[in-house]
Amino acid sequence: MMSTQGAYYIPHKATWPIAATIGLMTLLAGFANYLNGNAAGSTFMLIGLSIFIIMIGGWFTLQATESETGMYNKGVGISYRMAMMWFIFSEIMFFAVFFGTLWYTRNLSVDWLASVGDGPGRSSGMLWPSFESVWPTNGPGNVGGEYEPMGAFGLPLLNTLILLTSGVTCTWAHHGLIEKNRSQLIKGLAATVILGFIFVAFQAIEYQEAYHEMGLTLGSGIYGSTFFMLTGFHGFHVCVGAIILTVVLFRSSKGHFTPENHFAFEAAAWYWHFVDVVWLGLFIFVYMM
Amino acid sequence: MSAVTAEHEHDEHHDHGPEKGLLRWIITTNHKDIGTLYLLFALAMFFVGGAMALVIRAELFEPGMQFVSPQFFNSMTTMHALVMVFGAVMPAFVGFANWQIPLMIGAPDMALPRMNNMSFWMLVGGILLLASTLFMEGGAPASGWTLYPPLVLQTGAALPFAIFAVHMLGISSIMGAINIIATIFNMRAPKMTLMKMPLFVWTWLITAFLLIAIMPVFAGAVTMLLTDRFFDTSFFNAAGGGDPVLYQHIFWFFGHPEVYVMILPTFGVASTIIPVFARKPLFGYSSMVYATAAIAFLSFIVWAHHMFTVGMPIAGELYFMYATMLIAIPTGVKIFNWTATMWQGSMTFETPMLFSIAFVVLFTLGGFTGLMMALAPVDFQYHDTYFIVAHFHYTLVPASIFILMAGGYFWLPKWTGNMYDEKLAKFHFWLSAISVNILFFPQHFLGLAGMPRRIPDYAVQFADWNMVSSIGAFIFGFSQLLFLYIVIKTIKGGTGEKVSDEVWEDAHKHGLEWTLPSPVPYHTFATPPEKIPTEHF
Ligand code: HEM
Ligand SMILES: [Cu+2]
Repeated sequence: MMSTQGAYYIPHKATWPIAATIGLMTLLAGFANYLNGNAAGSTFMLIGLSIFIIMIGGWFTLQATESETGMYNKGVGISYRMAMMWFIFSEIMFFAVFFGTLWYTRNLSVDWLASVGDGPGRSSGMLWPSFESVWPTNGPGNVGGEYEPMGAFGLPLLNTLILLTSGVTCTWAHHGLIEKNRSQLIKGLAATVILGFIFVAFQAIEYQEAYHEMGLTLGSGIYGSTFFMLTGFHGFHVCVGAIILTVVLFRSSKGHFTPENHFAFEAAAWYWHFVDVVWLGLFIFVYMM
Repeated sequence: MSAVTAEHEHDEHHDHGPEKGLLRWIITTNHKDIGTLYLLFALAMFFVGGAMALVIRAELFEPGMQFVSPQFFNSMTTMHALVMVFGAVMPAFVGFANWQIPLMIGAPDMALPRMNNMSFWMLVGGILLLASTLFMEGGAPASGWTLYPPLVLQTGAALPFAIFAVHMLGISSIMGAINIIATIFNMRAPKMTLMKMPLFVWTWLITAFLLIAIMPVFAGAVTMLLTDRFFDTSFFNAAGGGDPVLYQHIFWFFGHPEVYVMILPTFGVASTIIPVFARKPLFGYSSMVYATAAIAFLSFIVWAHHMFTVGMPIAGELYFMYATMLIAIPTGVKIFNWTATMWQGSMTFETPMLFSIAFVVLFTLGGFTGLMMALAPVDFQYHDTYFIVAHFHYTLVPASIFILMAGGYFWLPKWTGNMYDEKLAKFHFWLSAISVNILFFPQHFLGLAGMPRRIPDYAVQFADWNMVSSIGAFIFGFSQLLFLYIVIKTIKGGTGEKVSDEVWEDAHKHGLEWTLPSPVPYHTFATPPEKIPTEHF
């Protein structure tokens, strides 16, 4: 297919996007029905999810085939890389909302609730005279009942080390790819994926403890809300990242990617480092401080 | 970085025409097809949203309760805004972007054609989810488009649907924006340097940045609404240590840039049309670029001007007041430049130009009322009154919507190869321009006199101007059917007169799109153009 080298590939007849839309819409409509207590909701969620998974499989396969048959020139590669960069930027903004929420409640609104300071947002103190501004808190209403806050040392610290190590193995795999050392590439990726799933498993254990031994739930006032929302969305992103890396691992073992042409690897690696950095933020602002 | 090259040829045949039948539109990756889809969808939503507006104005024609329940009235204000913002104005500009950006920069298509298709269908999915709430137990959301808690948490079965609609619309916008950025950075013809790009391309580039930065923020905010309602979180619940005002901060961090998402492409189209009919280069091209960037930057640091009355430390009130007033400077630069472009030009007044001139005048009015409300102490009086309603409608209807009409008249002959009926179009313009003022100007008086917004009934002292406003609304609304008629007629052959390649006199000096045949072929710029227009310099 040398003739296409130098030509910017414009695909025709895209069938996966409409499948993606139908899948996502079914999933979300099903979820909304489920939340409204409608029995059929979960069935629709399952259908939607299945469509979505099939779509991802089909679309990724198509892209991989096109890439391996040399249909993408450098220009296409640049477009993909830009797209991935800006996608990660949008993810950063998404996490920024929850970090911002943590900052705002910890530093401003809990104080105001407890009549600390002198801003006009400050409450008069008549409603909850005995409420004191401390962190963590589940609010003046003791929402969710007694709980024990999550410490930083133990599992979270271990998880930090695991994720940081996985960042290193990921980069090591990249070096393998560039230096045409296939076994280093595969070993590095495999290590990254395994570390990723260990991280998720530990996170699950941590949640288990929080819910069953510490009384700490999503309903534990603002502390529980921010804790689980931030770590939960992060954990979800780790899962997604690990799945993408698994696909890349699978493709590597089939001999895909060259030192010049490996967008999928790069995208997965960028995503993984992004997830890594978010975790560092979490470890510092959610667990340690 | 300009890696624009020929389109990939399939093995079987050489030139792809469009697919036959309905399937063409579902699986298309062609930027012109997708642009058309966006534009037609937006036009349809314009009428849906418009019908809701007429329900509102019918109820407000007289004091007292006439046609609808208060609950339904509030659903109408909410849905009208959401449909107009996310279903009409934003998609219409994305439609223009799809059609025009590749033509203006000499690219064969958008950078990521499959994702382009997905952006469109995700939009349809989102709007379908949103529209479905109208038929649900408890009615559609009735909290206003801002979806403030705790009120919005009282929505019935509709709440999760509306929230997921926002998620889908967000996905659509982010993907669309990413595509636009990749196209502009990566697909330009070799000689099309950044500072030679038409302003429409520039404004969309900057708008795309805004979109990627803010849509995730809105998604995050509504996600917290969802968990507060269904998963026991306390983000916006003071008893649990949260704060409902936090929602307002997050919403407006999204919301203020969002209004610029609607106005920056408006500026871009106006900056494209005015020079053509003034037969002069755009005055102050580079200052237009910098002003656009400045507005975009400022739009991120002024959000709390929507919250002056909510209770902020005095330093916050002052900061947001001054920062907001700063926006008037780059905005003023733009208005000055458009005026200077017209100054001593050999102007003609075809319909696109008429709409553009009306835009310059009436948008300025909307900008001025914005400036008034930016003054924190006086905003205590204006806030949540009809004065705000007048303000943002002046910035949206005779600005964004007028420019969308202008762009439609301006490019439709290029796209279809047919001329629209100029007489009818001018009639459409005058009807719109006059009735829009009958509709919105009296709302300034109502607001200053203290009539609150989002209410189905009002004190009799407000009766007269409300009646005038409602009359204007019905004239304006029905005039738009004329636009629909003209557009359909143009697509079907128009006046029968075949338009030239440049359509408007000397337009080829202003943009690459006018160097192509009319109607524009299905595939264009398979090889990048050698020369680009240099009228700006
Ligand atoms: C010179 C530029 C502008 C300034 C200084 C300005 C200022 C303001 C202020 C202070 C408010 C809040 C008033 C209140 O709630 O008490 C407001 C509301 C609003 N503005 Fe502007 N504005 C400007 C331009 C625009 C533009 C270009 C648009 C849209 C294209 C726009 C759309 C809106 C909307 C939709 C609202 C009402 C939001 C709501 O409460 O639902 N504004 N503006
Ligand atoms: Cu604003």
